[in-house]
Amino acid sequence: MSNIQQLNDLVTQVRRDILRMVHKVNSGHPGGSLGCAEFFVALFNEIMDIKEGFDMDGKEEDLFFLSNGHISPVYYSVLARRGYFPVDELNTFRLIDSRLQGHPTTHEGLPGVRIASGSLGQGMSVALGAAQAKKLNGDSHLIYSLHGDGELQEGQNWEAIMYAAAKKVDNLISTIDLNGKQIDGSTDEVLPMGSIKQKFEAFGWDVAEIAKGNDMDAILEGMATAKSKTGKGKPVCVLLHTEMGNGVDFMMHTHAWHGKAPNDDQLASALSQNPETLGDY
Amino acid sequence: MKKYTDSGKKDTRSGFGAGLTELGKTNENVVALCADLIGSLKMDDFKKNHPERFFQVGIAEANMMGIAAGLTIGGKIPFTGTFANFSTGRVYDQIRQSIAYSDKNVKICASHAGVTLGEDGATHQILEDIGLMKMLPGMVVINPCDYNQTKAATLAIAEHHGPVYLRFGRPKVANFTSEDQTFEIGKAVMLSEGTDVTIVATGHLVWEALQAAEQLEKQGISAEVINIHTIKPLDEAAILASVKKTGCIVTAEEHNYYGGLGESVARTLVQNNPVPQEFVATQDTFGESGTPDQLMAKYGLNAEAIVKASQKVIKRK
Repeated sequence: MSNIQQLNDLVTQVRRDILRMVHKVNSGHPGGSLGCAEFFVALFNEIMDIKEGFDMDGKEEDLFFLSNGHISPVYYSVLARRGYFPVDELNTFRLIDSRLQGHPTTHEGLPGVRIASGSLGQGMSVALGAAQAKKLNGDSHLIYSLHGDGELQEGQNWEAIMYAAAKKVDNLISTIDLNGKQIDGSTDEVLPMGSIKQKFEAFGWDVAEIAKGNDMDAILEGMATAKSKTGKGKPVCVLLHTEMGNGVDFMMHTHAWHGKAPNDDQLASALSQNPETLGDY
Repeated sequence: MKKYTDSGKKDTRSGFGAGLTELGKTNENVVALCADLIGSLKMDDFKKNHPERFFQVGIAEANMMGIAAGLTIGGKIPFTGTFANFSTGRVYDQIRQSIAYSDKNVKICASHAGVTLGEDGATHQILEDIGLMKMLPGMVVINPCDYNQTKAATLAIAEHHGPVYLRFGRPKVANFTSEDQTFEIGKAVMLSEGTDVTIVATGHLVWEALQAAEQLEKQGISAEVINIHTIKPLDEAAILASVKKTGCIVTAEEHNYYGGLGESVARTLVQNNPVPQEFVATQDTFGESGTPDQLMAKYGLNAEAIVKASQKVIKRK
């Protein structure tokens, strides 16, 4: 897949998947999922070099780790539509006996997932370990990770950020979803974090910024820039400016949809703004 | 009873270090991580021999557990090293989510467990770690008794796929098990057969149990002594077979009686063959500064305490 229109069509379908998944079980996290739909579609269909099929060790391919596991709907939708598991299985999200747990896990053997996440702040450490394993194995592929901006309030991140630069883990691209929102309000209201960019730079990272984090061209260009920064002795951070709830007018510009599902009318309105492109599951 | 000889006091942490050194030579997938305690954990040789496979993470245990989980993705077998307190309570959620729930092949190696850490005091003397770790689904919990057994256990856990908590200690203690033993995870070791009381002990308390059995023999009491080096999975068959013969049991451990070996044994007995049990363990308390011997005596964790518990439990039959 390479054509921008095709990627954007997939984004629209992924939005529908997210909305329908959380609506069906009246739970889950649509806001951050919608905000990262373009990023996930780009990552799994254009940016990463991934092998067909799935094996846990993931040798000789790029790997992705989701640290902010609550945006599982977008992760599951993109994994399914990339062929990791049947798209129909999205129907089982958050239901009993499902491989699609509320937060991602390896426990049920869902292809595509290599670590459990949900309790925040742990993913960067795991990504670092995987990156160092790649170096030990002489594998030149890259590790990608995604983190929420509010998630950076967890102290373990800063242990990892310090370690990554100290150990020159330069085969890692950690993206921060800068949507400026968390459960209790804006990040500035909850706990102002100052300049994330300056913090990463002060810790010795190379930082790339994607100002339009919901624009496919901007993401592809920004991630290509990030990739060009790897292998130069520094870990790479991408600051991805996104809009929580992107693509659904009433879910944007608010933190209200962080962890709330739409009702029937709201779903109908949201879906009408995102017409079916590749077929609903 | 069968007699055991101390071949010369050694610390169990050095047994871990020796095992890790050997694994470095024999298993290229073994990697080691340490949070600024290389000397205390006896990881110096591994670091010297295999600098590329050794990761000094600094004083950042949460990060260490996550990195260890990540290293398994790519086929490595990470051994993390720090004090027991910082290997468990400090990083419980990291272990729970990134290692146990994610079924990662990480070996959490924990030194300075229990009161025998000594003078540093209660901030560092964890007496709750066995309970914390045995509650995690899928986690294997091992507390070997001496230098030789700790080395053998270190070698054995590299061959086991899945998360393991390996607990050992700081002080030099009797080294009495055989140098060339094969360590079988989950398999109790019968040290001395007896008929009046079963004493099952783990870690540093195993040697104390043997000393207690000798004293009991002089009083005409025949004690059966079993080394439970693996608290989870527990060798229930060995315990049940023994109490069928003796009709009572003493459990001995350097740990709080809540959550430790004793509770696991009690559960096994209640479900199968309820017999009187006495607990040699700390009584829901923190430790304090002192020498290991002073602390073992003050907190009732020595041979004398095991003798008293045995006399008491026999009367309850």
